[in-house]
Amino acid sequence: MSLIEIKNIIKTYETGETSFRALDEVSLSINSGEFVAIMGASGSGKSTFMNMLGCLDKPTEGDYFLDGTDIMSLNSDELSKIRNLKLGFVFQGFNLISRTSALENVEMPMIYKGISLEKRIEKAKEMLKIVGLENREHHHPNQMSGGQQQRVAIARAIVNDAPIILADEPTGNLDTKTSIEIMNFFVELNEKKKKTIILVTHESEIAEYAKRIVKFRDGKIISDELK
Amino acid sequence: METLKIAIRSLKINKMRSILTSLGIIIGVSAVIIMLSVGEGAKGKISKDISSMGSNLLMVMSGASTSGGVRMNLGSQPTLTMKDAEAILKDCPSVLNVAPILSGNKQIIFANQNWSTGVYGITPSYLTIGLWEIEDGRAITEEDVKNTMKVAILGSTVVTNLFGDLDPIGRKIRIGGMPFKVIGILQSKGQSGMGQDRDDTVLIPITTAQKKLFGSDFPGVVKFINVQAKSEDSLYSAEDEIKALLKDRHNIGQNKEDDFTIRNFTEMMETVKKTVATMTLLLGSIASVSLLVGGIGIMNIMLVSVTERTKEIGIRMAIGAKAMDIRLQFLIEALLLSLAGGLVGVILGVSVSKIINLCSELTTIISPMSIFLSFGFSGLVGIGFGFYPAYKASLLNPIDALRYE
Ligand SMILES: Nc1ncnc2c1ncn2[C@@H]1O[C@H](COP(=O)(O)OP(=O)(O)OP(=O)(O)O)[C@@H](O)[C@H]1O
Ligand SMILES: [Mg+2]
Repeated sequence: MSLIEIKNIIKTYETGETSFRALDEVSLSINSGEFVAIMGASGSGKSTFMNMLGCLDKPTEGDYFLDGTDIMSLNSDELSKIRNLKLGFVFQGFNLISRTSALENVEMPMIYKGISLEKRIEKAKEMLKIVGLENREHHHPNQMSGGQQQRVAIARAIVNDAPIILADEPTGNLDTKTSIEIMNFFVELNEKKKKTIILVTHESEIAEYAKRIVKFRDGKIISDELK
Repeated sequence: METLKIAIRSLKINKMRSILTSLGIIIGVSAVIIMLSVGEGAKGKISKDISSMGSNLLMVMSGASTSGGVRMNLGSQPTLTMKDAEAILKDCPSVLNVAPILSGNKQIIFANQNWSTGVYGITPSYLTIGLWEIEDGRAITEEDVKNTMKVAILGSTVVTNLFGDLDPIGRKIRIGGMPFKVIGILQSKGQSGMGQDRDDTVLIPITTAQKKLFGSDFPGVVKFINVQAKSEDSLYSAEDEIKALLKDRHNIGQNKEDDFTIRNFTEMMETVKKTVATMTLLLGSIASVSLLVGGIGIMNIMLVSVTERTKEIGIRMAIGAKAMDIRLQFLIEALLLSLAGGLVGVILGVSVSKIINLCSELTTIISPMSIFLSFGFSGLVGIGFGFYPAYKASLLNPIDALRYE
């Protein structure tokens, strides 16, 4: 069985009287160590799909097995645990906690994992060093550039040794040079640390870094090609 | 433990808001402590008054309590006599001692000073029953009473007003124009619970009062008889015995109105004490309403805080916080706010009631109970009013919380 097994998932949004199918019977399987880029027009359902993958939202129908676990049958606390241990998130808007230092932001997933303070600080420092922010430990998000904030987010995503990194337009708010920097981190994580990376992007230059490209249109997968 | 640190951190981030939120609790807790301490103080003062007045006291007054529906000035009708007093002592087994009194207001003159006050014609038992001590000079004796001596004992207020720094013992004063010799000074008792100056008094032998000072048509007339019962338990039987005896002596039929009235002092004071206790409770409850209002303030702020930090909650859930972690974080924040407020409130309340005690006429007594109570209550308020916002925060769906702007 693959690391991620998705079969015929449907996501319907109810807005007032009309209902809208954002995902229409999507099936996809992703193996450990893959680097997948998800592309498609705006409104095609990419983010919706990523939220299902990330266990942040539940599909209306379908099956989802992550590392053999039936995600559909879990309650919200069990989903929290899966997110904490198996998944790392990198968002377009960074989503760091404001008025809280870089170090503390990186520490946070370990708090919910139940790791002692000294180990947390040690590990958080190590992660910040990996993303090249060893001298920004005590900076707050509003004291850092977009690229730096995104690197803090990456450090936070890998701090619990999660095997899967989910990134929804991680470079959407960054300039080309910084985007390349960030993408190099993803490549490194994929190649050296054998992380499975799934990333959403609009730009084909960014998708070039991936080994597999999945294209969405109107809530359906229209192409899935390996390079 | 970790959650506690997270909670402390987010309170520190919003310092000013945290302080203002606690203010409600601070005021509530200190108000409760101050109110209760003032009440306790009043109760303590009254207890002291009761014991300084003499124990197990009844007072028999001449005149009916009501006369034809009109309330008469008690003691205004001369219906009691020395013989009645003697009979009460002799024939009522529950009675330990009696003190007949004939009193009235007179002008007291010494040299060119004058002072108007209540003059009491008494027997030596008045001093024993009322727990009066002689500060200087000597007391009024049976001899003085038997020989209708024109001697007087003065309370300290009268001494100050007439003599200033002079030693009054042995000096001549005029009471209602009649010369008297000062033989003693009473030890000061201070104010009574009702604000009456108990040292503003002049005591003379009762016979002198009857025959010379308050010239009366009835020989041996008295206005009041102070009666001391043998014990607290015999107060009521003494009252019944005196009633029966006086009815008989005054030839009052079963259905006729009494020409005397009996007052139970100890009972009256107990009533006052109970009233004060009720007042204290009332004031305390009013003060605790402000605690409640403070609690609602905390809930208000916590709810705002939940809304404002929806995104933070979403991020925390996305990276692995469980519903319980979020709930605890907000609950602990609320609890910290109210306990910190409670602590400051205790300090403030204790200091203010100490200051009241020092700088005003009110006596305050801080009971550990009131501190414990108000502090505990503020903790409860924190948990009670913190629970709803915390619960609300934990119900958020991670994706909705993350999307919140
Ligand atoms: N919470 C929601 N309620 C109702 N409709 C929604 C909700 N979220 C998304 N949709 C709808 O679902 C569709 C897919 O949205 P989604 O965010 O997945 O698109 P996307 O491919 O990520 O687009 P973009 O490239 O602009 O980010 C859209 O038409 C959107 O309007
Ligand atoms: Mg999107």
